[in-house]
Amino acid sequence: MPDSAADVAVIGGGILGCTTALHLARGGLRTVVVEAAGLCMGASSRNAGTLAIQYPRAELTPYAMKAWEMWRDAGSWLGRGVGYREIGGLVLAFTDAEAERLRQVAGARRDAGAPIEFLGANAARELEPGLTADVKLASYCAIDAYADSTIIGRVLRQALMEAGVDLRESHPVTRIDSHAGAYRVAAGTANILAKRLVLAGGTANGALGRLVGLDLPVGRRINQMIVTERLPPVVTRMLGVVSGRLSLKQKPNGTVLIGGGWTGVDGPTPGSFRADHRNFTGNLRLAGFAIPALRQARVVRSWFGVRDHYPDYMPTIGPLDANESLFIIASGVSGYTLGPYLGRLLAERITGGDPDLAGFRPSRWLGQGQTARDYLT
Amino acid sequence: MAAEPSRPDLLVLGAGPAGCHAAMTAAETGLETVLVDEQPEAGGQVYRAPVPTRIKADKAPDADQTAGDGLREALAASPVLSLFGATIWFAGPGPEIAVIAEGGSRRFRPKALVVAAGAFERNLPVPGWTLPGVIGLAASTILLKSQGVLPGRRTVIAGSGPLLYAAAVKLLERGGTVAAVIDSRTWRDWAGAMPAMAARPDLLRRGVGWMGRLRAAGVPVFRGAAVSEIAGSEAAEGVTVTRLDSAGRPRRDRHPQKITADSVALGHGLIPNTEITRLLGAAHHYDAETRSTVVTRDETLATTLAHVHAVGDGAVIRGAAVAEAEGRLAGLAVARDLGALGRDAFVERAQGLRAELRRSRRFGRAMARLMTPPDGLLETCRADTIVCRCEDVRRAEIDKALDDGAHDLNQLKSWTRCGMGPCQGRMCGDAVWRLMAQRDGPEAGRAGVEVGRTDADSRLAPWSAQVPIRPVPWDAVTGPFTYADIMADLPEPAPWDASVKASGAEAADA
Repeated sequence: MPDSAADVAVIGGGILGCTTALHLARGGLRTVVVEAAGLCMGASSRNAGTLAIQYPRAELTPYAMKAWEMWRDAGSWLGRGVGYREIGGLVLAFTDAEAERLRQVAGARRDAGAPIEFLGANAARELEPGLTADVKLASYCAIDAYADSTIIGRVLRQALMEAGVDLRESHPVTRIDSHAGAYRVAAGTANILAKRLVLAGGTANGALGRLVGLDLPVGRRINQMIVTERLPPVVTRMLGVVSGRLSLKQKPNGTVLIGGGWTGVDGPTPGSFRADHRNFTGNLRLAGFAIPALRQARVVRSWFGVRDHYPDYMPTIGPLDANESLFIIASGVSGYTLGPYLGRLLAERITGGDPDLAGFRPSRWLGQGQTARDYLT
Repeated sequence: MAAEPSRPDLLVLGAGPAGCHAAMTAAETGLETVLVDEQPEAGGQVYRAPVPTRIKADKAPDADQTAGDGLREALAASPVLSLFGATIWFAGPGPEIAVIAEGGSRRFRPKALVVAAGAFERNLPVPGWTLPGVIGLAASTILLKSQGVLPGRRTVIAGSGPLLYAAAVKLLERGGTVAAVIDSRTWRDWAGAMPAMAARPDLLRRGVGWMGRLRAAGVPVFRGAAVSEIAGSEAAEGVTVTRLDSAGRPRRDRHPQKITADSVALGHGLIPNTEITRLLGAAHHYDAETRSTVVTRDETLATTLAHVHAVGDGAVIRGAAVAEAEGRLAGLAVARDLGALGRDAFVERAQGLRAELRRSRRFGRAMARLMTPPDGLLETCRADTIVCRCEDVRRAEIDKALDDGAHDLNQLKSWTRCGMGPCQGRMCGDAVWRLMAQRDGPEAGRAGVEVGRTDADSRLAPWSAQVPIRPVPWDAVTGPFTYADIMADLPEPAPWDASVKASGAEAADA
């Protein structure tokens, strides 16, 4: 006996799954979100909250601009704030080779529509006096921002409840098959019947795909975040580096939050992660190199989030079968920044719209003749 | 590049009675043994060394100090390499341990590891507990033992179980005034513990002596009672004592009593410090009797990780007598595992220790139960009471997050910032867990017990242990370095960096 029947079951309660579900429900579809743990407790909240227009690759710049608008205007479509702060961001080059690379990379993103300008060493240090004297060149984007990633689950949960979405937390999916012309999802203690299914499980999409006979090339990366004690002001903008291995910002409470994708290692239980000594030290060194005053601070805490990616590091969004009953959504890179917009696009697609998802087709991962098991015929 | 880690046979973390005896026992068999501790000298909390200039020479040393001096002398005479004043900040797979000592970080990859990390004090927030003049019971004892400093002129000692009486007597001995001892446990609780306490007649006698001492000094002792509020505008001025019902809830039908005091020492027993064993990835389980997460061990005190033992109150609260015997046993087990002690010799020596452990554990377990506060005591924490003092989070905010559907303890932390400050939740973790467990009702409480609080799937799993274990100076971790050093250690660039160079596609991952 099904415990729940829905038009769409979204498996995975991260930013992508939640925003997809929210827009589906607002579009009039009965929607259920099935989450193994709690909402947004994976990569969606375990990140540094960076919403930088200049970080995603040039092909994604237009999407980043749209997503940035959604974050900025979160109050209007989520009903509450997400701690959005538009402080502007600098990406730094410390060597001549890095400076050349920065011109190339940031230039491409500027050409794609990101409001980026280049600053020489003096201008950069005038803007951010705490910068190291070793800075050679910086790209600056005045609208780079961040949000408080720790509260996104709370905000999305409230919005989903208000939209009438059926929330099933602590419901790990163990089986997917067909029943009476619909998908039957066995999750925790519940059976959920749904006409359409969205795989939004992040790193779990590999395992979810296997439940429907698909072999998706899902990669994962364990990203480290480090935070300092509360400090007097040491940096006002958000900082990155051309290699991509740093994100740094000082929050209103004075703590400095450091990310950049230095990796941790898997912990003893699924979903638990551990610091790697070399990477912990390296991440601090790079941040302390950029802002020397940080070296006088005390480091208080680190944590980890695991992020999924696909071989080309581009989003994967759309139907997996000819019937358009089975969908996938994954961000590839910059999932936090792009997430709300990608979720909206997929919801548009499912509710009959025709957004441009051409570059994100899931079919590129399906081998010769591979299709999802056809449940609904 | 960072220096290579040193590789002693055995690294012992914590120089209390458990750690010292583990280290000395192993070192006697010829193992190269390193012992590290945050404090300047060995002894742990119970045998803490006085700071020489602060304690007047005319004060005769008490029993704990004499025992501690003996321990320190034995350690100094042993081949153990001691590293004191060392903050353990990193524990990771390997096992790999890093400490901050003398301004720099030192790494260890020992063949065997003994974790003897000791305990934290359990706090239950009550209105006024953040006022100046209010101090942890353990902290007040540390001040007395190491500095000879009294918490105030007139002190209320309140909480749960045997440590209250030990602290009160110590305070009297140092010339302080104890306004009252307020114990949440009842006469009935104490009477129930008597048979087990008789397993160690020496320790029982000492306890009875404490009670007599308090009586002789005319110190009022309240049992089955708690401090429900600490009054004061700028600092503590007095407490309200409330009688408790059988579940430990404040009784509304009895008039609360006011007691004047300029200082209050509060403590509800001890919680094992499992951060290191959790970071290393050893299995843990929930101990319902002491309401705490404890590391899972076999009969030789080995954790589920190869060559990692855990001993003393850091494993499960059983007190100093057990800690010493556990330390010896683990030292022998490590010596056996590393081939420094024959199997037969191990069996022979372990046998005597096990008999001693059985007796002492019976006593220690009874003590641990007496110092575990009843669940109903949480009602003394009011809506406007600060629970997390680092981040200034009040109970009402925690209740609101629970109303909003906070799924588990880690999400509750994420939503409220409770436990995110410099103490990393050591002060408030137990109270927050209780607030969530209580909200779930007895049903979920039982489920939490069954699956174990440390099961990653359990909603009541404790907050994840994280590096650094203690706040650490940035410079000490990184050491001197150049930009080239950073680039040499850069994590492998993500593949998109190579594949899509033309469009410039790197992205910061966070």
